[in-house]
Amino acid sequence: MDAAAFTQKFPQTETLASIDMPTFKVANAELVEVVRYLRDTQGFDLLADLCGVDWPQRTPRFGVVLHLLNTSKSEYVRLHVACEQDAVPSVSAIHPGANWHEREAYDMFGIRFVGHPDPRRILMWEAYPFHPLRKEFPLAGIEVPFPAADVAAVTGQKVEPAPMMGGPFVSGGGHMSNAEPQALDQSWNEEKPKS
Amino acid sequence: MTLNMGPSHPATHGVLRLSLELDGDKVVKCDPVIGYLHRGDEKIAENMTYNQFVPYTDRLDYLAPLANNVAYAIAVEKLAGLKMPERCEAIRVACCEMARISSHLLGLGVYAMDTGAWTVFMYTFNEREKLYTLFEELTGARFTTSYTRIGGLTRDLPEGWLQRVENFCDGVLKTIDEVDRLLTRNGIFLERTEGIAPISKELALAYGLTGPNLRASGVPFDLRKDKPYSGYEKYEFDVPVGAKGDCFDRYLVRMEEVRQSVRILRQVIKTMPSGPWYAEEAKKIFLPPKAKVMTKMEELIQNFMLVTEGPQIPAGEVYFEAENPKGALGFYIVSNGGGVPYRLRIRGPSFVSLSILPAIVPGNFLTDIASILGSLDFVMGECDR
Repeated sequence: MDAAAFTQKFPQTETLASIDMPTFKVANAELVEVVRYLRDTQGFDLLADLCGVDWPQRTPRFGVVLHLLNTSKSEYVRLHVACEQDAVPSVSAIHPGANWHEREAYDMFGIRFVGHPDPRRILMWEAYPFHPLRKEFPLAGIEVPFPAADVAAVTGQKVEPAPMMGGPFVSGGGHMSNAEPQALDQSWNEEKPKS
Repeated sequence: MTLNMGPSHPATHGVLRLSLELDGDKVVKCDPVIGYLHRGDEKIAENMTYNQFVPYTDRLDYLAPLANNVAYAIAVEKLAGLKMPERCEAIRVACCEMARISSHLLGLGVYAMDTGAWTVFMYTFNEREKLYTLFEELTGARFTTSYTRIGGLTRDLPEGWLQRVENFCDGVLKTIDEVDRLLTRNGIFLERTEGIAPISKELALAYGLTGPNLRASGVPFDLRKDKPYSGYEKYEFDVPVGAKGDCFDRYLVRMEEVRQSVRILRQVIKTMPSGPWYAEEAKKIFLPPKAKVMTKMEELIQNFMLVTEGPQIPAGEVYFEAENPKGALGFYIVSNGGGVPYRLRIRGPSFVSLSILPAIVPGNFLTDIASILGSLDFVMGECDR
């Protein structure tokens, strides 16, 4: 791609270091213009992927990452956009395929896409109260009412956390005993030395 | 009239639900409802080491688990900056192409069954059975193969296996010719597929279709050719392209792809390099040989660290797409260093293929939906993740 022409046209764009493809940080307000320019002028005609990323320590917290593909030159480009008040402009008017990806990012992270034609959840059901890919959401899940109220009224069914409660496969960070399959006898481990 | 199709309907190949608005026999509006098979794979990936996630990739496109294993391993290896030895790459290419044949055989079989030709299914499943026997010999499992590891494979090829793959290649070509004779000029099949739900080049690109569905619409884009990975540039093959992008073209493209896959497989068998089948220098990523773990202190420690903390992948981000049977399967991985990904996004081609339904289904008859769904060849495991 012609990175020089691109950054000249959009001076607010920041070039980021990357190991696999040209990567840019695009201003939130300019996203739609940038995607349209890349499609019409630089030939990035296919939206390969659009997804959200959660960075709880950062402000703004949520980011959106787009991967665009130029099918005639087989080139990719990656665009990072930071959310403003948990929102980014929708690009589904330019790439209709973004419609479902944006619905998924909304469903999983609660990112709003301004101008989206159909802002519903997609994988979870409409009344689901959480956004499960946020970092604070536990792996095992949280108990919520069953989606079909008429079934729940008869059976008393609920959507319950997974029986494994997030273990035993969780690894990385902290004491090893938290990460490993645990024995029933937890009277001693590295945290509680054997008396 | 509003009609609900699925989530348990034989033509929806899994748990897809279509909410249809009908005017007589014609569909006016189609709203796919997905998520019935959502397992939270992306969330799970954030909570386990890179190698522990390999079995989960089996369950994305569960009709081609080997190809998913390979795509995932290459994505992580790209992030780690690892170069695979030639033998490992060649074995992976063989795996991908066998997975493609297996997936297309199923796709063709059920597509024909949905349009009323039951026999084809029996022919193609007969061949798939042989493939599963080969998979079992190679990986130890018929279905959930989990064959790759970050930095290599679980094991080398069994003795004489390549010869048995060669024998399989001869058989599958005969079956494909029979399917050809059964379907390609079959009046009923043509009636049900020709001119149904054509997808133009522009529409296919706008919706981000990939793989056979994109090529059937006349875009000659194939990642194996245009952005070769795992040594695909060494093999000769053609990329079949459709003219009209209707259901019949999508069938023809898949038929030809099976033949081309056999062509690649034969070249792989002929040129299979010897040498190591895993990255030997990647000490912080690939498990040391078992014999050394039992006898040498250093390897024992290395083994312990790798199993408990996972392969050590540098911080950074990577996006890698592989040409899978259903389309481009993409992995976007953000790493903060260490053995667990910070964010792992799976771009499933079936998810994208289904997103085009609201654009192409309206205007068709209700009975055409079986042909359209069959021709798009999707799988819900990958769509819902």
